[in-house]
Amino acid sequence: MPGDGSLEQLKRDGRIVVVGASLAGLRAAETLREKGFAGSLTMIGDEPCEPYDRPPLSKQVLLGRASADRTRLPRLRSVDATWRLGTPATGLDMAARRVRLADGDEVPYDRLLIATGVRARPWPNEAEAELDGVFALRTRDDSAALARRLDAGPERVLVIGGGFTGSEIASACRERGIPVTVTERGAAPLVGALGGVVGAVAAEMQREHGVDLRTGVMVTALEGDAAGRVRAAQLSDGSSVEADVVVVSLGALRNTEWLAGSGLGAGPRGIACDAGCRAFDIRGIVTDDIYAAGDVARSPHALFGYQFLSLEHWGNAVSQARIAAHNMLSESSDRLPHMEVPAFWSSQFGVNIKSVGIPSMGTEILISQGSLADHRFLGVYGYQGRVIGAVAFDHGRWLPFYQELIETTAPFPPPFTTVDRRPDGHRPLDADFPDPSVPTHGPTVTLSGYSPADRRMTFTPAH
Amino acid sequence: MARIAVDLNRCQGYAQCAFLAPEIFAMHGDEALLYDPEADGAPREKLDRAAAACPVQAVLVDAVEPDDAGTGAPDASAEGVSRAR
Amino acid sequence: MTQTLLHQILDYANRADPYPIYKELRKTPVHHEGDGPYVVSTYYEIRSLLHDPRISSDARNLASNAADPLASEAPAEESTLPPGFLKLDPPEHDRLRRMTNRPFGPPHSPHRVDGMRGELRDIVTGLIDSIGDPERIDLVEQFSYPFPVTVICRLLGIPREDEARFHVWADTLAASLDPDPDADTVGKGKDAQDARMQLGMYLAGLIEERRKNPGDDMLSQLATAKGDDGPMTTMELLSTAALLLIAGHETTVNLITNGMLTLLRNPDVLQRLRADPRLAVPIVEELLRFEPPVQLVPQRTTLADVEVRGVTIPKGAALWLVLASGNRDPRRFDDPDRFDPDRPDIQHLGLGSGIHSCFGAPLARLETQFALAELARRLENPRLLEDPPPYRQNAVLRGPRHLHLACDGIRP
Repeated sequence: MPGDGSLEQLKRDGRIVVVGASLAGLRAAETLREKGFAGSLTMIGDEPCEPYDRPPLSKQVLLGRASADRTRLPRLRSVDATWRLGTPATGLDMAARRVRLADGDEVPYDRLLIATGVRARPWPNEAEAELDGVFALRTRDDSAALARRLDAGPERVLVIGGGFTGSEIASACRERGIPVTVTERGAAPLVGALGGVVGAVAAEMQREHGVDLRTGVMVTALEGDAAGRVRAAQLSDGSSVEADVVVVSLGALRNTEWLAGSGLGAGPRGIACDAGCRAFDIRGIVTDDIYAAGDVARSPHALFGYQFLSLEHWGNAVSQARIAAHNMLSESSDRLPHMEVPAFWSSQFGVNIKSVGIPSMGTEILISQGSLADHRFLGVYGYQGRVIGAVAFDHGRWLPFYQELIETTAPFPPPFTTVDRRPDGHRPLDADFPDPSVPTHGPTVTLSGYSPADRRMTFTPAH
Repeated sequence: MARIAVDLNRCQGYAQCAFLAPEIFAMHGDEALLYDPEADGAPREKLDRAAAACPVQAVLVDAVEPDDAGTGAPDASAEGVSRAR
Repeated sequence: MTQTLLHQILDYANRADPYPIYKELRKTPVHHEGDGPYVVSTYYEIRSLLHDPRISSDARNLASNAADPLASEAPAEESTLPPGFLKLDPPEHDRLRRMTNRPFGPPHSPHRVDGMRGELRDIVTGLIDSIGDPERIDLVEQFSYPFPVTVICRLLGIPREDEARFHVWADTLAASLDPDPDADTVGKGKDAQDARMQLGMYLAGLIEERRKNPGDDMLSQLATAKGDDGPMTTMELLSTAALLLIAGHETTVNLITNGMLTLLRNPDVLQRLRADPRLAVPIVEELLRFEPPVQLVPQRTTLADVEVRGVTIPKGAALWLVLASGNRDPRRFDDPDRFDPDRPDIQHLGLGSGIHSCFGAPLARLETQFALAELARRLENPRLLEDPPPYRQNAVLRGPRHLHLACDGIRP
């Protein structure tokens, strides 16, 4: 109730519980303290370790330049929390305002932030996934295990899935001189996130660096030897690849199963919330005490027609965490919407790839600066006559300009020339995204329609 | 030992950190930055010099010791320490 | 007759304190008078334009009728040399800058600047040791001036026995950057031309020599580079070396001198620096905001009509980006006219931004940090003998011509 003092009381001696002790959870906790929250703060995490940073896990760590257990996040301020690490949350009682933990404990809250993120999509065949040498890459332990195996100098690594993570893994392998094969269901790596025009550049980079890239194929089976070690993979084109290390890089699943039956609007697509990070219940009514942030949240974005977006981006986790924390401690009139323009980066094969906006919404692309052939360029994506996204290959210093075009819904194609405009940058091309009904391996953004609590999804019990 | 995270959305590859503290920060190609997130290869003085020089202030370094998690999850190495039980 | 704001900026009478004019200028973020340049003076607008690909650094894109009030100030271009990367657009800019960076910085030479720390300290120590009479110091002549030119000599690999000659040429070129209206400009122009010629011939000979017997220095590596971008031509090499010398020298002289001047005007900060040399790091960042050595970027032009804050800057117009004014924009920095090294989030424009951001920035930072920390530690009770000091003519590369100090003694 605004003005009735309940907010002051919450700030003074309320109980806030954060489920998910990674980037979003930590930054939210810091923001709560920064905003003057003096009550009790409980951080619940399924992994037994302090919050750590994930981007280095597929880059520095696999290159042997950093250690997987040493990527803990810097602390920007003291959070003075009770940490329940290594104890996953297993249930939520919305009426009683309690979170159930795996060890049977129940933690009461006045405000709850859910930042449980995503996990790597496992290889669908469990027996094959159990083979020695089959890895996923999401957590610190995943990265440590894979790095150890790469240190041992495998004969060949097979990466299943040519999205950003898969491509980064392949890049690290090549830099270390390890033979690597990448299979991608789409026509090129990164095609789901950046489309076929840019995907072709990614494919060229892979091949120039000696990656055995197989596109338009799927891995149908993994084979082990008598000792239970993986030795080969069967591909949908009838060929096979001998590999003693297989990394399954097929995107992510949202960690929402623990909310099944709770009545919260949560499902495989994530937790539906409003632009202020307040979660919806399954009836489509917004809650006022439950918030979601980071990879697990899906929320409407003003710049993109208020479509619900799920963004698996580092920057999104940070900004949603701050918004959620701010709004938890604010009167309704002081609440802020999450408006940050989506942005992400990847580095692979010595090239820095950065993006702003939502390239995958684009239907056309214009190479406005540089050239695809040099692997140094700036591509602008257009959708219905406006600029909707941009991607830069070693051209990051220009991106702020394109972000402004997105923020101001500037027309596409941009009606002006620029420095370094090449002959092939005069006309937009078909951006060549795959049919959205065919899932690719590239994660990042998912558009998930307008419904705050998608009935079909949320009433389906989580598997 | 300091903990570091670089906001690589902000980073524009000016490489000031890699010039000033090459033990911790390295350019990988012309624009991509790699760094050791828990570096002890260089004195704190060099890290501070590198962080201050970042034109877009993208280098995040510990502002405080992780006091609380220090008791709940000491060092958080692989033993699976938890404060739960 | 009332002066236009532009002429006030250029007027030498305002050199010691141009900031009130900038404040006036910011009332019209995009200022345009007569057929003069479009002058942009507010932080966010300058920053946007520095990242705007519709803006060119190549004078060939300037409409022929665009007037340049700095034309009379600009030194005569060495017509035989191609423009350095400062005055080029991508892709030529990117290629030349990449090649120049190869022997200078990461990824190929990550330890070059870091490896000069000991040498920088030694040069600083040597210069302070030789100051002489502590009651009559001209910091510019005795310290700020010789320091960066020595550093550039070492970086390029100029043999020690030639350093003195190199200093003379640098001196003459710097003077030509700074025309004194009362002086014999014709004679000075000729001196500069001679100096350019001699420097060019000297460098050409040295490059030839280094091609045969390459060393670890930057010139040798530039002359023998075998990167993806191929080798530089001798002409490109000469123009790049000249750019490094001129752009890297004068600016660092001014940064160090402005730094000491600012510290002497803020004795509490000077005292803190004496107690804790680590404070030199934020001091230099705040200095780059507060007294940037490049006050404005005068050589940009538009490739298309560009709208900024409701003003359309037409294609081919001359554009000035007044960095020093953006740095004092109260919309970005609280209490902007206060020198405050404790300021959080100092994202100044002092070294530019975008693809043309200062090439030598890490070296300038280290040089100035070491210089100010050592001067603060070793000069006993320093005080200004003249405030404001006499300034150079140049409104763009602004800094004192002399900085007369006295102190009680020089600590060992």
